[in-house]
Amino acid sequence: MLSIKKIITFLCLVFINTISFAQGTSNSTDVLKSNGKIYVVMVVVIVIVLGLFIYLFNLDRKVTKLEKEKHS
Amino acid sequence: MLRKTWWKILCFVLLMYTCSVGFLIKVPEPRGVPMQQSIRNLFFHVPMWFGMMVLFGVSLVYAIKYLRNPQLKYDFYSLEYVRTGVIFGLLGITTGAIWANYQWGAFWSGDAKQNGAAIALLIYLAYFVLRGSLNEDEKKARIGAVYNVFAFFMLFPTLWILPRLVESLHPGGEGSEGNPGLNPEDSSPIMKAVFWPAVIGWTLLGVWITTLRIRIQLEKEKRLANA
Repeated sequence: MLSIKKIITFLCLVFINTISFAQGTSNSTDVLKSNGKIYVVMVVVIVIVLGLFIYLFNLDRKVTKLEKEKHS
Repeated sequence: MLRKTWWKILCFVLLMYTCSVGFLIKVPEPRGVPMQQSIRNLFFHVPMWFGMMVLFGVSLVYAIKYLRNPQLKYDFYSLEYVRTGVIFGLLGITTGAIWANYQWGAFWSGDAKQNGAAIALLIYLAYFVLRGSLNEDEKKARIGAVYNVFAFFMLFPTLWILPRLVESLHPGGEGSEGNPGLNPEDSSPIMKAVFWPAVIGWTLLGVWITTLRIRIQLEKEKRLANA
């Protein structure tokens, strides 16, 4: 479980930068309707990538199952 | 490494970060550079190329490993890394063409870097042609590995040297100063804070897909041996 600790530390280091930048952004109520609706694109991209990840995780599980299967 | 989960979760987190924060941050709009919001492509188009280079690099390592110690498993690794690398390259060239259409006015302008990337990809596609033309697995692996080394070193002139010697539409050609790729003055620290996680995330995604293919190949081989 050492690797989990490493990963968390790494992520903290990566994101600490962004967190410090995030302070001082405006507080608009509906982000999705602002700024040329670019955030609609963001939501679409997130859904696509999320879908791909679910697919990949499933595929990974299937391959693992196949590997563990006993065959004579 | 092949079956661990922690780096897959890391990949997921990094890409989710890229796809959300990449749209949320403010991007600079330097004078004389009509990029506007399209500069956000930096988080998607450019990591494709970085990912491709890493995948080809890993493939090269396994090709050399195979030549030093001819085990079929090294050849699987080498082949599958090239496969994913080529897909990343094709995605990079397609997204690049789309971006170019709105930035430079045409899908293909014969830009030095565009042409170089196309040549590099064609050289790698020839790798599959070469392998396909041979019958024996051992020959496929050995000649493929030798060709792989050649193909990787062709990346140096086509992607990293020639486009920088001539005038290029990409930033960092002869006309602009110093940095190849993106002028640091047109970038901002917050953009870099998204860009590098994006590079790591997309590359890990490529590695993940590759390892799945390798595992299937290894399993197939095991079953053949047992049958």
